[in-house]
Parts: sequence; structure tokens; C-alpha cells
Amino acid sequence: MKLRATNLCKSFGQQIVLKNVNIDLDNVHTLALIGPSGGGKSTLLRIIAGLEKPDSGTLYLNDREIIFRETELMAHRRSVGTVFQAFNLFPHLTALQNITLPLEKVHQYKAAEARQVAEIILERFGLSEHGHKPPAQLSGGQRQRVAIARAISIKPKLLLFDEPTSALDPEMTAEVLEVIEELREEGRDLVLVTHQMGFAHRVADQIGLLSSGQIVECGPPEQVLDHPQSETTRQFLAKILKY
Amino acid sequence: MSLRTVRSWFWISSDERGRPVPWQIACLNWAVAFFLLALLCFFSFSQLRYNWNWDTVGGYSNFFWRGWWNTLKISILALVLSTFIGLVAALASKSGLLALRAMSRLYVELVRGTPLLVQITFAFYVIADAFHFQDRFTVGLLTLSLFSGAFISEIIRGGIESVGISQLESARAIGLTRFQTYRYVIFPQAIRLILPALAGMFANLIKDSSLLSVISIEEFTWNAQQVSALTYSNFECYLPLAAGYLILTLPITLWTQWLEKRTRYET
Repeated sequence: MKLRATNLCKSFGQQIVLKNVNIDLDNVHTLALIGPSGGGKSTLLRIIAGLEKPDSGTLYLNDREIIFRETELMAHRRSVGTVFQAFNLFPHLTALQNITLPLEKVHQYKAAEARQVAEIILERFGLSEHGHKPPAQLSGGQRQRVAIARAISIKPKLLLFDEPTSALDPEMTAEVLEVIEELREEGRDLVLVTHQMGFAHRVADQIGLLSSGQIVECGPPEQVLDHPQSETTRQFLAKILKY
Repeated sequence: MSLRTVRSWFWISSDERGRPVPWQIACLNWAVAFFLLALLCFFSFSQLRYNWNWDTVGGYSNFFWRGWWNTLKISILALVLSTFIGLVAALASKSGLLALRAMSRLYVELVRGTPLLVQITFAFYVIADAFHFQDRFTVGLLTLSLFSGAFISEIIRGGIESVGISQLESARAIGLTRFQTYRYVIFPQAIRLILPALAGMFANLIKDSSLLSVISIEEFTWNAQQVSALTYSNFECYLPLAAGYLILTLPITLWTQWLEKRTRYET
């Protein structure tokens, strides 16, 4: 993917969340956004996902400008897949129905087709036997995998993950990260916000560190994580690697 | 038979309260409840010095049937209409158009805060009269529906607001339109929560329809009052009246209980 952001700014009331964020990345498959809490990484991801409008600045994805108007944003959201921290799934629907809902209602699949697509994807993620279950009967890891299955079922041009494992215990984190790694190996384009530095190191082509609403450092993992240039990055890494 | 066994027929310890009660024990305890109620009634009526006059009142049974039938008609129509009004008012209160929100608020507060009796009289003798509209039935039906609609709108609004923000976010992320979000995400989740309150409201609506007698709509209560006046009897008219309303409200309760079971899912 090609991602270019120019002077993105965003504030919520008095609080400035992003100030003049610039990104210029070419030919990147996996971009990991890291940094301290409140640094603006989730907001940046949500802007890329079309869930939030920046106050100013421009954003180009694969040479196409993202227009921040509701109609255009709706079309944009329908072309990307977003997975949140938790509570992605609809509790009143089964795992299978959670996947078929957007296929049928948004992407105009016929019921039988949608079902088939959903079953194939569930099978692939080893969730076939859980298709008929509501989210409450699934483990946290299974729920996130269903959410990922829903996101990829629409054949998105980009997958976005907003701290997909923050609400999971270590074992379940592993099963979700494995799925994400698999998707990367398929050559899909991913943007993820994560606190898992080891994972970011392994999967990301590019890592962007956001702090106080700005990109402090952006580059391949070997540079940002192993040989950080800026003092902020060094301090951030020192803090999280301490424990 | 040990004391413990007898106690287990009437008492469930706190750690077992989630479990279903065996039907035999349920029957037994229902019988106890009915027995106590019967005792109260029996005692009260035995103290009453009253000449029961069932035969005379029985001769007017067609009054009761006609009235009951009219009440049934009004109730069904008002139930449908008030649900529709409540839904529209609830959606209006969430609208982007601020004037619409204000109108919805104004309607709800005004109607909920004033007595139905005043509303019916005012609607018929002032508003309908101003438009030279004389159809009591229609005016009564509309007033009753507007009255219940205000309460129903608040129930529905509460249900809509109880659906978590993360659900709306998910719906937005997968690209559902606003209408689709309501249809496939919000309402299916809200309905489960609002059913008990809605059932209570529907039962109220049926009973409230009795107030339409003040503008001489020939519903159940009006007919009972006619018989009472013609035969100089009171309780012989009011007891069948109570029973007649109970026959209408009980199915509503049972129906919503069934719906509640059907829409249940774990969270």
C-alpha cells in the first residue's frame, strides 16, 4: 500500500490529539503504530479507517484522496476491514450471522452465497464448529478471530487493527497474533496499533512511533526498535521493556 | 416426613434461586397464593351488608358483551397506533433536526405530565369541536393513542440508548447505513430490554380506555355504568367489569413473556 498523510490535525475539544502528522510511505505491507497511551495512534488509525474526520490535513491511500464527507467515508469504510479492541461482534447474532450481515446488507450477496463465504472463512480459522454460537459462548480469542473473519470476508483493500489483543490473556493473544501474521504472509495490507513490541518487530515493514500527537520516528523495525534515533523513542522503549 | 422436606416445598435457599422450580411445587405455592386471596375476599364480602341482584343485571348481559367488544376494538387499534406514535417520537428525539427533537420532548412532557381525563375532554370539546369534527370514537382513539404513545416513546428511547456505543461503532465500521443500524443492530438488542415495560404499558392502555366513557364512547365501562344506573346495582356491574379487563390484559402479559423468552440471548 501507499500511504501519504499531510499535516493531519485533530483535537477533541481542548485536547489536541494529532498535530501536523506527516507520513509518506510507499510499498509498505504492514505498518505498526506504537507509542505511549494518548499519543494519538488510535486516532490516526481511526482516521485511516474512515471513522473519524481530521480537523485539517489530507490523506491519500494508494494515490486516492480520502474525502472526509459522510457519503464518501461510508464507501471508504465499506472497502476496508476494521477490528477493534473488544466488543466487535453483535451479541444477538451467531458467529456466522455476524459475518453474513455485512455481506448481505452492505455488499449485496445473496443469503446462500454469504453463508458459503462465511463458512469457508470460519473453516479456515478453525472455527467451523462455532459458527452457530453467539459471541457470549466463545472465548475472547475466538471472538477476535470471528471479528477478523468478518473483516476479511468483504475482501478489503486494507485491514486495520486497533489494539486487537489488549483485552485478551496471553494465550489468546497468541492465537490472534498468529492469524494476523498469516494475513500478512498472504500479502495483505495491514495497519495495526499494538503494544506487542516483539510482534510489531516481526510483522511490520514500517513502524511509526506517535507521541504527543506527532510522529516521532518512522522507519523499519530494525531502525526504530533496535537503533532508535530520538530520545522519546528511547525513553518509551526503556519504559516498556523494563517489565 | 422430615421438616426439611416440608420446608423444601415452600422455600428455596439463596444459592438455588436461579434454577427452575418443579411444577408440582409451583402449583402448590400458586394454590397457597390463591387461597390467601380468596380468604381476604371471602372475609370482606361476608362483612358487607348487600343485597346481591345478579338476576336483574344478568338480563343486561348484551350490554356487557357489546361494551367489551368495543373496548377490545379500541384497545387493539390504540395499541398499534400508540406503538407507531411512540416509535416515531423516539426516533424524532434522536433526530439530527433539533426542532424535531424539541417537538418530541414537548409532546412527551406535556402528555405524560397531564391527566388523561383532561386530555380526552379537551381533545373532544375544544380541539375536535373547533374543527367541527364529531366522531367520538376517532377522537377518543387518537387521544388514547397519543397518551400511551408518549410513554411508549420513552420506553423505546431508553431501549435505544441502552445499546452500547461499541455496537454502533461496529455497525459504522462494517458500513451499515443509519436505517440498517437501527434495523439489524439496535432494535433486535433493544426489544429484549423494553418488552417488560412495554407489556405493562399495553395493559395500562387497555385499562385507560375506560376513561373514554367520559365522552360517551360506548365502551366496556360506559356500558357497565349504564347497567348500573338502570338496575340500581353496583358490585354486580363492577365485578364483571374487572374480570372483563383482566381477560384482555392477561394475554398481553403472557404474549410478552413468550416474546421475552424468544428474544433472549446471553451477553
